[in-house]
Amino acid sequence: MSKDIRLLQGNESCSLGAIYAGCNFFGGYPITPSTEIAEEMALMLPREGGRFIQMEDEIAGIATVLGAAAAGAKAMTATSGPGFSLMMELLGYGCMAEIPCVIVNVQRGGPSTGLPTKGAQADVMQARWGTHGDHPTIALCPSSVEESFKLTVRAFNLAEKFRMPVILLLDEFIGHMREKMEIPGPGEMEIYNHPQPTCQPAAYLHYGDGSSVGGAYASLGSGYRFNITGLTHDQHGFPTGRADEIQWKMDRLRAKVEDHLAELIEVDQEFMDDAEIAVFSYGGAARTAQQAVREARAKGIKAGLVRPITLWPFPNQALAEVLRKVKTMIVAEISQGQLLGEVQRVNQFHTKVVPVQRYDGEMLTPTEVVNAIVEAAK
Amino acid sequence: MRMHPSYEMLRPGKKFPHVWCPGCGHGIVQGAIIRAVQKLGLPRDEMVMVSGIGCSSRMPVYVDFNSLHTAHGRAIAFATGVKLHNPKLHVIVITGDGDALAIGGNHFIHAARRNADLTVILMNNNIYGMTGGQYSPTTPIGKRASTAPYGTAERDFDPCALAQAAGAAFTARGVVYNAVELEKLIETALTRKGFSLVEAISPCPTLYGRLNKEGSAVKMLQWQKANTVNVKAAEKLPPDQLNGKIITGVFHDVETIPYTQIYNQIIQRAQASK
Amino acid sequence: MKERYEIRLSGSGGQGMITAGIILAEAAGVYDGKNVIQSQSYGPEARGGASKAEVIISDKEIFYPKATAIDILLAMTQEAWGKYSGDLKPDAVAIVDSWYVKEVDRPGVISLPFSQKAREEVGLEIIANVIALAAISQITGVVSPESLEKSLMSRIPKGTEEKNRKAREIGFALGREARK
Repeated sequence: MSKDIRLLQGNESCSLGAIYAGCNFFGGYPITPSTEIAEEMALMLPREGGRFIQMEDEIAGIATVLGAAAAGAKAMTATSGPGFSLMMELLGYGCMAEIPCVIVNVQRGGPSTGLPTKGAQADVMQARWGTHGDHPTIALCPSSVEESFKLTVRAFNLAEKFRMPVILLLDEFIGHMREKMEIPGPGEMEIYNHPQPTCQPAAYLHYGDGSSVGGAYASLGSGYRFNITGLTHDQHGFPTGRADEIQWKMDRLRAKVEDHLAELIEVDQEFMDDAEIAVFSYGGAARTAQQAVREARAKGIKAGLVRPITLWPFPNQALAEVLRKVKTMIVAEISQGQLLGEVQRVNQFHTKVVPVQRYDGEMLTPTEVVNAIVEAAK
Repeated sequence: MRMHPSYEMLRPGKKFPHVWCPGCGHGIVQGAIIRAVQKLGLPRDEMVMVSGIGCSSRMPVYVDFNSLHTAHGRAIAFATGVKLHNPKLHVIVITGDGDALAIGGNHFIHAARRNADLTVILMNNNIYGMTGGQYSPTTPIGKRASTAPYGTAERDFDPCALAQAAGAAFTARGVVYNAVELEKLIETALTRKGFSLVEAISPCPTLYGRLNKEGSAVKMLQWQKANTVNVKAAEKLPPDQLNGKIITGVFHDVETIPYTQIYNQIIQRAQASK
Repeated sequence: MKERYEIRLSGSGGQGMITAGIILAEAAGVYDGKNVIQSQSYGPEARGGASKAEVIISDKEIFYPKATAIDILLAMTQEAWGKYSGDLKPDAVAIVDSWYVKEVDRPGVISLPFSQKAREEVGLEIIANVIALAAISQITGVVSPESLEKSLMSRIPKGTEEKNRKAREIGFALGREARK
């Protein structure tokens, strides 16, 4: 079979990745710069026997996704900043009720309506702390069209396995850029679907398995009649006010991410073996950083790139190892310092941390990052 | 010992006693729903009860169906997703006046507009009960609530008229005093395709009744009895005689093609053009 | 052939510059096997006024996706020339539409009648973008004619093949003439 090579936008490859992963439900509300994802899903899903619905707002969009997912769908929504803000309410519900789904946020400039057609990377903290209450989140950040496809597949796999919403944190730069990529053939990428329970219905506990990761769980209408609620609940899924059960539930939510950091965290490193100056950057900004470290190397400067592919849970350990080694860490991002704050938090080594930021709707240029590297090398 | 006929449909070992106050009408609505489902012989593995937040919305915990207790106002949107993904399921939405018409008002009208195939039971007690008696979109103007200590300044919604205007296939209203009529209305609604609404007027003696000096639960039910007029009788009465009355019965009942069925046609169309 | 080209196709919204950018990127990337990145202006900017699509074509991996020093510029309107001709490389090839662009502040600019030929010979002014693309491929060699043909035919609406083929031939001829 000949290779399937296509020229695609990051948003298009995200949609194709979703279909590849077996997504069969999309609910959402159109918003720039994520709309191409909804448009592609509206076109492709019914062909695959799946279903697409455009709801009255983003809250309803994620609500249908969670409803469909609770009924067994592999479901997704896509949005941008203003819609992501509205979705916070039910992102929390999905985490509490442990419903798998994928939420794509194609970041644009904010706050408020901000810059609908221009990119930004300022929803980093919102993806982690945007909801009320304690719970971890998972956020993956593609830096290319191909990675947008592959991380969408991974987001579905993690959602199914960890029983929670997984955020694909794209940005307008990658979402709207076209590159060519080879579409993986069937079976080339692993697809994880959660196991179904096999016990007698009377013995079924919806939140009862010892580990919440990789376990079996049932869907509404599958013959296992259970309760799902956003109230803090016991193993059955019934609301509880008992301190021991509350503590059990909260620990369970935390442990499912904290006990699996090695599996969840992916960090890409380039030229880091002998690097004295590292650039820390993700998503669209990392494209600039990739160019910049090469230009710096051409000037004879030992610069390297650390690119988090998983942004949440934050790669504390990998970052700390780099901070311990290098002289200077340059944090390149399209925000006023959301990534910078995390790097400073992890930096216990008196390593110099230098921000390179832009928040005028444009991408960082390689020159801006190279200048910071050259300055640091002095 | 003979069991109560509803007993087998409940989750007695798990979640009783319930949270509803003595004299609350919600248990009567629950009984009517269970009897309607039993009468129609709907398999409970195919029943999904979806609710939002509020006194009404606690019902799914008690009934042994598939149950999904969602966030405030969002039940109809969740239910739309459940039904669209698996159209074989019977999806009942349990909601209240605040849940469906205030925070969830947009979802309510849009589900009616797109004719989502849901049976919505709106338990209207004219107040936010669970949180202590704040006024709702169905608190009549001038009535008292904890956030309307001098009486409300706002007009109230007629949920049945609202749903019909937005495109619902079936709308009806019953009162808990007439539990048999209420059960029939719910039974009919369950057989209808498309967006079906049954508004169940359910007294809240603890908050609405006390704040508005309407007396005991018994008195509130007696008031219901005395002030309920069937829609057929109401048609023959002059408007001034209907002031302050609760009109019950079926208001709107048309045959429609529900959203899920139309979407199945879209799937066929998309696959044919593949 | 250079190792890397940065190409900007500019005009006013509705002149098909974005479609042209996609066709060019697909031809060079998918069919010629080069590395490519295409980006474009969005929003109100893309609907009226000056609009642009940028394509980077390279033998090597491309990291930074935006064009910074232009090797090839197409300007289909005077406004686009004014707005987008500022960062041309000294040896850049600049091509303009002779109908809409009357004043250029640079020597060696190639002025060709894309819009005029589209209107007069194909009867469809919007197809000027295809004529221009075909001319660019002849003048610069940045993309092979075969790949351009494949990409063009896969991206155009059904039923317009004949008009597009004709437009392409007109463009090739214009380009060959200009190269002389």
